[in-house]
Amino acid sequence: MMSSIAHLALFDGVAELFRAMDAASPRAHTSVLLLGIFGPLAFALALAISGKLEDRAVKIAGFLGFLLPALSGLWLWIAYLSLGVEGGYAFLINASTGLDFLGVSLFLGLNGISLPLYVMSGIVGLAAGIYAIQSGVERLRLYIILHLIMLGGLMGLFASIDLFFFFFFHEFALIPTFLLIAIWGRQGRRAVALELTIYLTLGAMLTLAGLIALAVLSGAGSFNLIALRVALMETGWQNAVYGLLLIGMGILVSLFPFHSWAPRGYATAPAPTAMLHAGVLKKFGLYGLIQIAVPLLPEGAMAWNPLLLWLALGNILIIGLITLAQRDLKLMLGNASVMHMGYAFLGIFAFSAAGIGGAVLMMVAHGLSVALLFLLADSIETRCGTTDMRDLGGLGNQAPVLMAFFVAAIMASIGLPGFANFWGELAIFTALWASASPWVIAPTVAGIVISAIYGLRAVARIFFGESATEFRGGDLRGAEKAAALILLLSLFFVGFWPRSMSDSIDAAVADSFPPAATFAPVAALDD
Amino acid sequence: MPSTEELQALVAANTWSALLPEILLGVLALALLAVDAFAPRRQPQTLLAAMVGQAAILAWLLFAVFTAEAGEARVYFAGSVVQTALSDWMRIFFVTCSLFTTHLALVYLRNREYPRVEYIHVSLVVTASFMLLVQSGNFLLFFVALETLTIGFYVLVAFARTSRFSLEAGLKYLVMGGFSSGILLFGIALLYGVAGNPLLPATAVDPLNFIELGAFIGAVGIDGANAAHPLVIAGSLLVLTGVLFKVGAVPFQIWVPDVYQGAPTPTTAALAVASKAGGFFVLFILLSGPFLALESLLFPVLAGVTAVTLVFGNIAPLGQQNVKRIMGLSGVAHAGVLLLGMLAAYQVPWAFHAVLFYLLVYAIASFAVFEVMAHLAPDEDADQDISHYRGLLKRHPLLGSALVIGLGSLAGIPPLAGFIAKVLIFVAAFQAGLYTLLAVAILGVVISIYYYFGWMRAAVLRELVDDGESGREPLRVTIPTKVILVALALITVVGGIFQAGLTKLVGLS
Repeated sequence: MMSSIAHLALFDGVAELFRAMDAASPRAHTSVLLLGIFGPLAFALALAISGKLEDRAVKIAGFLGFLLPALSGLWLWIAYLSLGVEGGYAFLINASTGLDFLGVSLFLGLNGISLPLYVMSGIVGLAAGIYAIQSGVERLRLYIILHLIMLGGLMGLFASIDLFFFFFFHEFALIPTFLLIAIWGRQGRRAVALELTIYLTLGAMLTLAGLIALAVLSGAGSFNLIALRVALMETGWQNAVYGLLLIGMGILVSLFPFHSWAPRGYATAPAPTAMLHAGVLKKFGLYGLIQIAVPLLPEGAMAWNPLLLWLALGNILIIGLITLAQRDLKLMLGNASVMHMGYAFLGIFAFSAAGIGGAVLMMVAHGLSVALLFLLADSIETRCGTTDMRDLGGLGNQAPVLMAFFVAAIMASIGLPGFANFWGELAIFTALWASASPWVIAPTVAGIVISAIYGLRAVARIFFGESATEFRGGDLRGAEKAAALILLLSLFFVGFWPRSMSDSIDAAVADSFPPAATFAPVAALDD
Repeated sequence: MPSTEELQALVAANTWSALLPEILLGVLALALLAVDAFAPRRQPQTLLAAMVGQAAILAWLLFAVFTAEAGEARVYFAGSVVQTALSDWMRIFFVTCSLFTTHLALVYLRNREYPRVEYIHVSLVVTASFMLLVQSGNFLLFFVALETLTIGFYVLVAFARTSRFSLEAGLKYLVMGGFSSGILLFGIALLYGVAGNPLLPATAVDPLNFIELGAFIGAVGIDGANAAHPLVIAGSLLVLTGVLFKVGAVPFQIWVPDVYQGAPTPTTAALAVASKAGGFFVLFILLSGPFLALESLLFPVLAGVTAVTLVFGNIAPLGQQNVKRIMGLSGVAHAGVLLLGMLAAYQVPWAFHAVLFYLLVYAIASFAVFEVMAHLAPDEDADQDISHYRGLLKRHPLLGSALVIGLGSLAGIPPLAGFIAKVLIFVAAFQAGLYTLLAVAILGVVISIYYYFGWMRAAVLRELVDDGESGREPLRVTIPTKVILVALALITVVGGIFQAGLTKLVGLS
């Protein structure tokens, strides 16, 4: 990884600085990690317990809370590349909370797989935060507090090496989601919030059962992921535990046919919540499969892969066709985000370093692009009062900047070169071609065509032709523009320089998938 | 006929000072009545003295426990009283519960025409009986303590004598409680008879003593094991029935909804927390003592009870609108989770400490909820409806947040202590290999979200509906109440994130 960035003289100087900091105090970068997780939580707490505050003060405190994770992510990204950790764990800290007798402790750190997601989470969090602050909803303070808690949970879950806290932080982020939908959602929010709560609690409980099973049955006597890697499980248990994790996490990622909560949930949720949930929180399940389930339970993964293939194709083709039929922009985006999860699952199915690495890159890219789309869809709704695409039209004349962003976001989500999504999908396709069932490429490519159709049709419907609704509020305002720009620039950055992420992903994935292990299961598929 | 030396040794074992906290509680209870009879005008001071007296006894118990050296169980009164580290823990637990119950009673009795001091009196006697119950080393003390507290509860349940709900609940509890006491006594009699039978191996000299009874049941003779004797089986099952009645496990839960609803709120709280905790500790004493050799018989029975308790407890509250019934029926579900922990304790040594952790967290969350309930209750205490909670968070933010935190902890939502408690039980059950029951329990958690959220939603989301009766008058919340609510909520939140204090308290880690 150093080779790819060594020729940048500027980066050399910065890297030197970060290395010197690490040498001066090994805790230097770890404290930045802690700041990224507990910073937003501290601001949330401060906002919750302080009495009467001016609106301005609330907004500034909220903004600082949203800013910290993004800065922490960028800082650690540079630090990680400078230190040359080669995909392994860095910035470790291990603290006891009183559950040591179970082998549970607050063990934080980042490796090549979690770092990109940590960075992405911070960026999406900042964009969602800016958008939330400018939204001017009722009870703005509670709105900001809940989003800050959500963001703190998200940062924590990607930084957790301990399985218990991995789950704990996920729930930390999930509970505010329910409240946000129940209080600020669109019409039908109560039913949707309840459906979401029960469905996702089911998924979370299955996941919890799977994680407990993993920790108990492995015999490691610990929930610590690094310790668990050493103690692999017997084959008999692998299938059952992997099944639990696949279905539990599948519900959380909206794997077909457990997806029915997602489109309506996202369509109903307030925009920043949808951005954080569809963009980041939903990746919990995929991340868990990639970081925990597949490396620890390779034989279980092999046993479930044939089924996973069909479910992932269900995501791509069936949900793809359903997406085509949507008339409401937010419902279309909700369905599209379910559909794109299919690609990531196919990356896991491919069971190779390229496939899994592609899935990670895809998760980063999808998180950024779907957050951008939900942001833009909501700004369309605030201007036209509807997201029904039959009523929208001709926005291109009134809001050219909005249109430019929207077109770029749609291009990104289709997977055009130049955007981060392209590299993720490319790596997954390559891995599928090299896998035992290269024919999967065909339906997958058909999926790309489907997303091109609904994406471009949405652009045509919304920005061209005649409008049936009144347009108010002009083009994108400063704050909206800033939030959208952060996401778009990140998409471009990773799109033009994918190695800034892929090198460390690759090194980490190669750790979990040594060539021998990759080879054997592929051969096993043939018989 | 025992010799003089033996009798002297027995008398020497009568160390009354070992039971001083219980004795003092009894003295305090009697003194309250006497003072109130002679100085009825000084009632506020009398009630304050009741609180202070309990607090002093609690402080003394805490001091005694923390300065005591860890060691063997202390046996007094010829084996009647057995004090262990765990029973000391439970004594502290019961005195603390008694303090909360007293406070709830003062809130409840504030606007009602019922005698106050008498309520506290009975409640103190019940507490002392609970404390004796968990130290019992033979069936004699066990039954006497259990009956004393049950009779106390008959009074406390029917205490609101102008409310037909309370009277109905009192009658139901009396009939069902008497029935279960009879069953329990029948079981004890059968065990007494069979353990004293000289034809069987290891005949017990004192068949009521738990240790001797355990030795008898565990013995194996030429004609087979005593554990397989039909009278042993019948007796132990009948005794178990009596205990399961107390904890409200299915199928002995029939009394729960009506009694919980009709009883005054402080009594409901005592039933939900102290009675349940006492029942589970007694279950632990029995299963790990005299009935240890009956594992192959009792395990499947208890496993079946656990399964139906979990299913019933989570499905029954779904349609309920009365919050006292919800607390009662969901309490059945909690009993199911606790039973799961008890079953895991057969194989996993730390599982019973997880049960204690669960009881502690359950008590903290329940008292927070009951405190809020006592403040929102209408004149007819039994008519506490979810609709009364509409807009509570806006109407009184402290009561609202305490309710939401308490209910969230009961539902097991992270980052609250209730989540940790559930996870501990689940991990223990996993280590014990109880996969099927675990699956039922986990599904139960998912279902329970529905009714807990319905209640929370009313408090958080719904605006106060101005239908004239849903309490427009301002809520009177005194400063001690505020302190209690903040403390309970804080422990629940902090305990969910940083568990070291709570785990150390119950002897984990």
